[in-house]
Amino acid sequence: MKLRLIRRDAASRLAMFGAPVLALILTCMTSLVLFALLGVPAGKALHSLLLKPFLSWYSFTEVLLKMAPLLLIAQGLAIGFRANVFNIGAEGQFVIGALCASAFPVYFPEGNFPLMLPAMIIAGGVGGTIYAGIAAGLRIRFGASEILVTLMLTFIAIQVLNYFLLGPWKDPRGFNFPQTVMFPENALLPLLFENVRPNISLIFALLASLFAYLMMEHHFRGYQLRTSGLSPKAALYAGFNAPKMILLSLALSGLAAGIAGASEVAGPLGQLQRSVATGYGYAAIIVAYVGGLRPLGIIASSFLISVLYIGGDSATVSAGLPVAAVEVFQGMLLAFYLLTFTFIRFRVQIDRSVSA
Amino acid sequence: MSALEFLLAGTLAAALPLLLAALGEMVVEKTGLLNLGLEGMMALGAAIAFICVYHSGSHSFGFLAASLAGATLAMLFAFLVIFLKANEVASGLAVGVLGLGLSALFGKNYESLTISGLSEFGLPALSKIPVIGPALFTQDIVVWLAITGTMVLWYILNKTKLGLIIAAVGENVEAARAIGYPVGGIRCAAVAFGGGMCGLAGAYASTVYTPLWADGMIAGRGWIALALVVFGTWQTGRVAFGAVLFGVLSLGELTAQAIGVAIPSQVLSSLPYFVTILMLVAISRHRRHSS
Amino acid sequence: MSDQPILNLTGVSKRYGTVQANKAIDLSVKPGSIHAVLGENGAGKSTLMKLIYGVEHPDEGIIYWNGEPVHLSRPSDAQALGIGMVFQHFSLFETLNVVQNVSLMVPGKTVDLARKINELGERFGLTVDPNAMVHTLSVGERQRVEIIRCLLLNPKLLILDEPTSVLPPQSVKLLFETLRKLQVDGTAILFISHKLEEIRELCDEATVLRGGEVTGLVDPREHDALALAQMMIGREMPHLGVSTSVVPGETQLRISNLSHPRATRFGTTLENINLDLRAGQIIGIAGISGNGQQELAALISGEIRAHQPDMIVIKKQDVGCLGPMQRRELGFAFVPEERLGRGAVPEMSLADNSLLTAHQKGMLWRGIIKRKVEKTFTRRCIEQFDVRTPGPDAEAGAMSGGNLQKFILGREIMLSPDVMLVSQPTWGVDVGAATAIRRRLLEMRSQGAAILVISEELEELFEICDVLHVLHEGRLSKALPVAETTAEKVGTFMLGAKV
Repeated sequence: MKLRLIRRDAASRLAMFGAPVLALILTCMTSLVLFALLGVPAGKALHSLLLKPFLSWYSFTEVLLKMAPLLLIAQGLAIGFRANVFNIGAEGQFVIGALCASAFPVYFPEGNFPLMLPAMIIAGGVGGTIYAGIAAGLRIRFGASEILVTLMLTFIAIQVLNYFLLGPWKDPRGFNFPQTVMFPENALLPLLFENVRPNISLIFALLASLFAYLMMEHHFRGYQLRTSGLSPKAALYAGFNAPKMILLSLALSGLAAGIAGASEVAGPLGQLQRSVATGYGYAAIIVAYVGGLRPLGIIASSFLISVLYIGGDSATVSAGLPVAAVEVFQGMLLAFYLLTFTFIRFRVQIDRSVSA
Repeated sequence: MSALEFLLAGTLAAALPLLLAALGEMVVEKTGLLNLGLEGMMALGAAIAFICVYHSGSHSFGFLAASLAGATLAMLFAFLVIFLKANEVASGLAVGVLGLGLSALFGKNYESLTISGLSEFGLPALSKIPVIGPALFTQDIVVWLAITGTMVLWYILNKTKLGLIIAAVGENVEAARAIGYPVGGIRCAAVAFGGGMCGLAGAYASTVYTPLWADGMIAGRGWIALALVVFGTWQTGRVAFGAVLFGVLSLGELTAQAIGVAIPSQVLSSLPYFVTILMLVAISRHRRHSS
Repeated sequence: MSDQPILNLTGVSKRYGTVQANKAIDLSVKPGSIHAVLGENGAGKSTLMKLIYGVEHPDEGIIYWNGEPVHLSRPSDAQALGIGMVFQHFSLFETLNVVQNVSLMVPGKTVDLARKINELGERFGLTVDPNAMVHTLSVGERQRVEIIRCLLLNPKLLILDEPTSVLPPQSVKLLFETLRKLQVDGTAILFISHKLEEIRELCDEATVLRGGEVTGLVDPREHDALALAQMMIGREMPHLGVSTSVVPGETQLRISNLSHPRATRFGTTLENINLDLRAGQIIGIAGISGNGQQELAALISGEIRAHQPDMIVIKKQDVGCLGPMQRRELGFAFVPEERLGRGAVPEMSLADNSLLTAHQKGMLWRGIIKRKVEKTFTRRCIEQFDVRTPGPDAEAGAMSGGNLQKFILGREIMLSPDVMLVSQPTWGVDVGAATAIRRRLLEMRSQGAAILVISEELEELFEICDVLHVLHEGRLSKALPVAETTAEKVGTFMLGAKV
């Protein structure tokens, strides 16, 4: 007896929605076992991880705060992933975006610069776009793998960040901490609600989702990108410009990551500091995949991963869960998602061969 | 010890984790797959090895456990990609994230503990050569084993039927299946080998090169190893050469001191990444992966 | 010769999902005989061979080898029994040399193997250089390597899957001589084909398959081709019908002095190609694939750009450096030989696949996709070209080769092109669909289109073309008017005769 995968005539709709849910359930069950083995009270940990974020207004708004950058970056990445352009270095573009945006408040610490906020957001977006554009250029001109180049650029971006924080941009009154001055009031994004931290960058992210949805599902440009990803030869046959697809994919994902970086320093951080690089760029890859690379799915998955972050924070306190557990949870979620995703496209058939 | 001597002595040890991981991945890629999870498999190997050595005091046990851990994690990739036909890039990343997370989880209680490294010994005769002798030819046993292993791997890939089979599977999966080779099994074995090598690479990094465990200690070396496979154009000798070159670079600050230049430390720390990009540009223009 | 069959299948069935590929097949091969399995594309021949060679496993039925029931779970089991297989699309490795390829299947030292390759080559007329890299070999030579590799395992039964489809007529004769020598040596041969005349010439017995079932077991020498064809397709051979040829009009496609270096070492360099295609004309390019067909097609379609704009001229306009979209706007259309992954995206619906090349047919409004227009176009294509599918939402990847080919051809014809390039129009397509496709091409010619057909099937080209060229090792022969030439003559060009 042998199991084999049979291709479905059309992707199963039920499986398309069911796969992420099933993946989440499997991840929870596996985590229960893992946590139990580590001596963490498993039920309590899961309760903190998945339910606590919903139990108070404050923690719920913290989820929304996390969701903004994840959603924004993931929408950009997903566009590229569907075109088979793998920008793995959104973290670097995020850092460069944050750096570019910070230049304004650092050089005008009194806030005496007109249109401070728009300038910061634009600078962040442009910075991220150009940084990702380097990888696009090298891929188009020399065929250098964008996977490796964007990653290497991330490591370099972190060093650039260190250079500025330890050198020219260090706050002279910051007790030698590697951070800039606190930004002036007009360099901070308006808040969505009173007394809690989510800001209008969540609106940017939702607008980006709408844009991604319209482009990928209803516009010819999105169709061209999808075709390039699914069958590069068909795209060539149709005459879609391959370098343009690569450039567009990387530029859009860099733009999104750059704006997210700018929003981070102009939002919850209020200054540029080392902890700006906390792995949003990497987590967004998982968000993009678990959302099925679909703009609407990514809204759901970015919310889920944000819940896990906030829940993880509370679980470290209440259940003694190690911080790394959140990362493990994310990794498992992606692995289980890939596993369940197979059943969207294939169904399992039991092959009973007759033995003589 | 002068800076130059230090550099000579340190290069091989610094190159070793890169070498092991890159050679493992090279075999994976020769069968036509691409596993991006090197960083995670190395980190897991590093954590497991450190824990085992800490409790047992035996480095052999640590290396064995690390290679098993790396191979186990790699089998997850193999299962997703070979059996379930899942996206290679996403599966590799999943394995990478999972490995990094698990290493941090398991290693949490072992941060800032110490273990003893391995003693070094010199090759007879060669280590007597003045200046470079004691520096270059006095290394720990793993270095000598790895050099031997590299040569064995070269022989297997280039001179044996097994090497021929690996090349055949990588070039044309359908044909290999048609003439009766269990392609899935061969690829699984290659992926497991690659994972095992990453485990060993991590073990060396955490129990010999710097005998301590810290979260994030692999610091991108998995990704550099991945780039080294491209740099080495899937040939054992060139990959090994690339690893040594990067060993020198990763001792950037020491190198600079040896040459006597003063540059901001961030520039030196970025050097390996810069050079990786440069070599991707120089190499991939001419060569694309055959499969 | 004993009467005990060497291979015997009783009631063998195999089902893939909803498709019954083989249904209760009985097949019996006597030692030392040349047994044909005859059937058209999609009749279940390949599945049957996979079952015999252990690549797939039957759902029902038993395979007997020398009277003993056997269970073949993988090809190596079949090899161990003495079953050898020569694949239609060869299972050779291009980056390895001949001996290395052989040694992947046959144990032994390199030196010994090289000696044996030479010995066998002389004995059976299969000469090939053991140290040559496979990618430098011609298709005929590659087939020899495949056969030698099987023979070195001393097979009692040799299976050849459509072996003549890749050979020029002269090489087919050589192959048949080799097979007869093997027969005299006592090797049984299972010869898979859909070419009736060949089977009548070579085989002692024929099992005829249709729709996955056995429809006849005959001595092919006692039946004429028409009778065999009826058994094979279950009705009269469909006729193309008479088509009135048109007086050729203006030149629509001119290729002049087109040379292009190969992109990889597995490719072919094109040298000084000249061709003149007029309105109301079908020109065929004969030759075995791998002689520059793919390169030439890609250069004409714009997937590869030529070095000089005037090397390719469509309707008086130099297009050598234009992309596929611009050439399409000039009235050019192209049906490539790879349907899945090039002519169509397997994961997309038929409607979305219409968009691939027909988007300028009013399917876009400022870049926004007009789903209604897209669907209407697709539905019309499905109806007019007899595409059997549930509808415009069905995925291209789930369709049979013949149906998908009808869809792609239909889509391209609906662009109402003045110049059309069709590459391997009937590869893997059943007789009915193939006839329908050829009829469509003739209709287009009557309406004044200029059509270039690249095909391996000589008969097909003779059936529909006005003029033939032969492409061999990147060079194009002079124009051969179909009325004044023969298959043999074309064959000499396929073997490399100079202009």
